[in-house]
Amino acid sequence: MTQFLFFVAAIGALGGALGVVLLRNPFYSVLSLAFHLVCLAALFLLLHAEFVAAAQVVVYAGAVMVLYVFVVSYIGGAEQVPSGAVLKVLGPLFALAVAVELCIAMLGSALKGIKTKGAPIHAGFGQPAHIGTQLLTKYLFAFEAASILLLVAAIGAVVLARRRRGLEGGDEEPVRIRLREPDYAGTMAEGAGVRSTRYDELLRPDDESGTQQEPKPEATHTGGW
Amino acid sequence: MLTRRNPLSILLCLELMLNGANLALVAFARMWGGESGQVFALIVMIVAAAEVTVGLGLIVAIYRRRLPIDVDELSELHG
Repeated sequence: MTQFLFFVAAIGALGGALGVVLLRNPFYSVLSLAFHLVCLAALFLLLHAEFVAAAQVVVYAGAVMVLYVFVVSYIGGAEQVPSGAVLKVLGPLFALAVAVELCIAMLGSALKGIKTKGAPIHAGFGQPAHIGTQLLTKYLFAFEAASILLLVAAIGAVVLARRRRGLEGGDEEPVRIRLREPDYAGTMAEGAGVRSTRYDELLRPDDESGTQQEPKPEATHTGGW
Repeated sequence: MLTRRNPLSILLCLELMLNGANLALVAFARMWGGESGQVFALIVMIVAAAEVTVGLGLIVAIYRRRLPIDVDELSELHG
């Protein structure tokens, strides 16, 4: 059963990773990455890392993927730009070099453990209590550094993505809100028969349409509030 | 990752690399019977979350300024 689950999750993870790289539409890439992350969480469960698996599902497949989906739908799936000629040659070369290196490393060392069951583990290996104890005793500095990093990242995201008066405030179009002006403002002049009491019209008593006592045509037929 | 020019694809590929490292860390933690690898995997996850936040904020800011979403075009800081 464990082996069956391992193969299903491993094939799913590999397929998801290939989908991220090969799919052209960024939206499908994001969905493929979410599938990959869920399969990876299953692999973590098989490796007795329950807390890491839960964090993977909640943080990665939940929050981070939602962020990705929002940004992709906001930008609207920008089309893939074909890369330059130099990178087209160098990219597969680098990938091949990394693959060869990984194969050498795996064949050299990691295959020794394929027959064994791994190190003997105590009860509760990978449970949140043990992970928390390790985090707050042995790795306290890393824990604090990670919290400061998260704080800085949150502030940076707010500064980068806010709408007005950001770093790019100079050449951004200001948002203009056009309020509909009311036809009647409830002043005493309206009670005396003056229909339109807009300030700019009151300032121009001698315009071409006559005096202010006669209502303007557009002020009569438009409905009030 | 090297051949892409869309920063969104680059971020996705970066996520893949970080997850590969995570898987290796957890697997070695299981192999040696220690929990340090899992703690490191958690911290890698935190780093990835921070990177995603800032990276996506950058992409949104680029999109708002109507700059081209292409990492080769965005070379104003090039010395």
